[in-house]
Amino acid sequence: MLKINGILKTFLPNTPNEVRALQEVSLHIKEGSFTAVIGTNGSGKSTLLNAVAGTFEPDAGSIHLNNLDITRWPEYRRAHLVGRVFQNPFAGTAPGMTIAENIVISMRRGKSRGLGTAVTKSVRDEIADKIRVLKMGLEDRLDNPIGTLSGGQRQALTLLMATWLRPKLLLLDEHTAALDPKSAAKISELTKDIVDHEKLTALMVTHSMQQAVDLPNRIIMMHRGKIVEDFHGDQKTRVRVPDLMAAFDRIAKRDLFDESVATLLARQYG
Amino acid sequence: MSLVIGAFTMGLILSLLSLGMLISFRMIRFMDITVDGSITLGASLAAVLISAGWNPWLATLAAMGGGFLSGAVTGLLYARFKIPELLSGILVMTALYSVNLRIMGRSNIPLLDVPSVSGAMETFIAFMSGGAEKINTLGWMISSTDLATFLTTLFICILIGTLIFRFLLTHLGTALRAAGDNAQMVLAQGLNNKTMIVFSLALANGLVALSGALLAQYQGFADVQMGIGMMVWGLASIIIGEALVGKAGLGLAITGTILGTILFRLLIAIALRWGLNPNDLKLVTALFVFAALVAPSWIATLKKKISGGSRYAQN
Repeated sequence: MLKINGILKTFLPNTPNEVRALQEVSLHIKEGSFTAVIGTNGSGKSTLLNAVAGTFEPDAGSIHLNNLDITRWPEYRRAHLVGRVFQNPFAGTAPGMTIAENIVISMRRGKSRGLGTAVTKSVRDEIADKIRVLKMGLEDRLDNPIGTLSGGQRQALTLLMATWLRPKLLLLDEHTAALDPKSAAKISELTKDIVDHEKLTALMVTHSMQQAVDLPNRIIMMHRGKIVEDFHGDQKTRVRVPDLMAAFDRIAKRDLFDESVATLLARQYG
Repeated sequence: MSLVIGAFTMGLILSLLSLGMLISFRMIRFMDITVDGSITLGASLAAVLISAGWNPWLATLAAMGGGFLSGAVTGLLYARFKIPELLSGILVMTALYSVNLRIMGRSNIPLLDVPSVSGAMETFIAFMSGGAEKINTLGWMISSTDLATFLTTLFICILIGTLIFRFLLTHLGTALRAAGDNAQMVLAQGLNNKTMIVFSLALANGLVALSGALLAQYQGFADVQMGIGMMVWGLASIIIGEALVGKAGLGLAITGTILGTILFRLLIAIALRWGLNPNDLKLVTALFVFAALVAPSWIATLKKKISGGSRYAQN
């Protein structure tokens, strides 16, 4: 399904601020699986997601989706296969346009956009039917600018837009991190419903350990541009939040050890 | 009375320029200065082709095509070669100055005693009125040529306004507006926002050139200098239009832009009548646009000061 092979990405190469964001990361994701990526700040988890989305081209390695080599595809072309929800709840929708217009754009993802009228009566009915399930009363506000909605409402619509046409892969980039707890819980629940119902393949970056335990059936832990832990199958079903915290502790201790060894060596030979 | 009908006709012709800028400046938010060159391009193409014996409608269409191309070039400079938006426009505008001189072969082409797009309307009016020179229109005596030009321009304006309105509601038009509103969203929905920018600029400058072609036929000449400051005039018209009818809804935005341009031309006609030196016109327009751009924030600050709010509270 999604095959990431040895991708390498260095930001600001050959400068003092050089960041080796991804160091030969390989990851294979099976069709219909829901994978969470967790890790410390700067571990490269968002970079991994962006590499799949096509925000940048990796320095080396390849990305295959659905048996297609998408490594050199531009971002907009990958969007024909990939649905995305961003951390910023305002990033996924056009604020000055109405709810119906925003959604109709996602209804043509990967299809030609001709000179037919975009928001017709039948399209409006279809949209109203589908967003009624959100129970946010948005079906009566189809002609309101989407910019007048709350972050939670906009994120719910972005999620619907990303999955309106079944994507081969759904990318969720900390999509509940910028929301208030109540909205975050609602979006989390909605995500689970949609992914389960549509049997989607999803890759989610999250900072919430609870979310990583609750939603997906596989957890990848990243650190310093590498994958350091991979909980899947039975192992994943037994994983609880404290186990993940313990894994983080182990990493922190190893870092500390690396640093103390480095200091020792420096003192000895420096 | 010919002053008022003249201002109306001029306003209608220039409203096509404003409509083009509504697409580039307001919809995709691109500060496109190509306008100053493409309006002249439209005028010079129309003038040369009509002088060469082309049907005026065909010549006007060809002028539109020229504007479409020049807008596409600006778009490509920006999207393909990553040149900053203002500079892309300036480069094309500068290049167009030479292109226009090449097309015309000299700096000015008079269009006297040649057919224009209002020819058909003139024949029609002459037929209806039995060939009278002055026609009683709503109680005013207006020369039949002026009336014919006005009616033809009104027809073109209504046609173009309706077409733009319909187009912006299509799938392609919706995508175009979204590209200006949120480029990130458009990318994530599988659209190449750069293509949308190139297309929008081409469309916008096509309209601008159409305006130029009609302007040359109305004024009776095309001049290589005629485009200078046109972009600011378009901006002023859009701003007046928004003040008139607000920004809510596409139909209102289009109507407002047309009305704004007409009102702007009327104001200019009145100001000139009252003794404003025509040489000062562009300075006054620039000052007006400046005032319209900064006034909203000044008024907001003033309100805060009056209501006793701290100046630091703004942050």
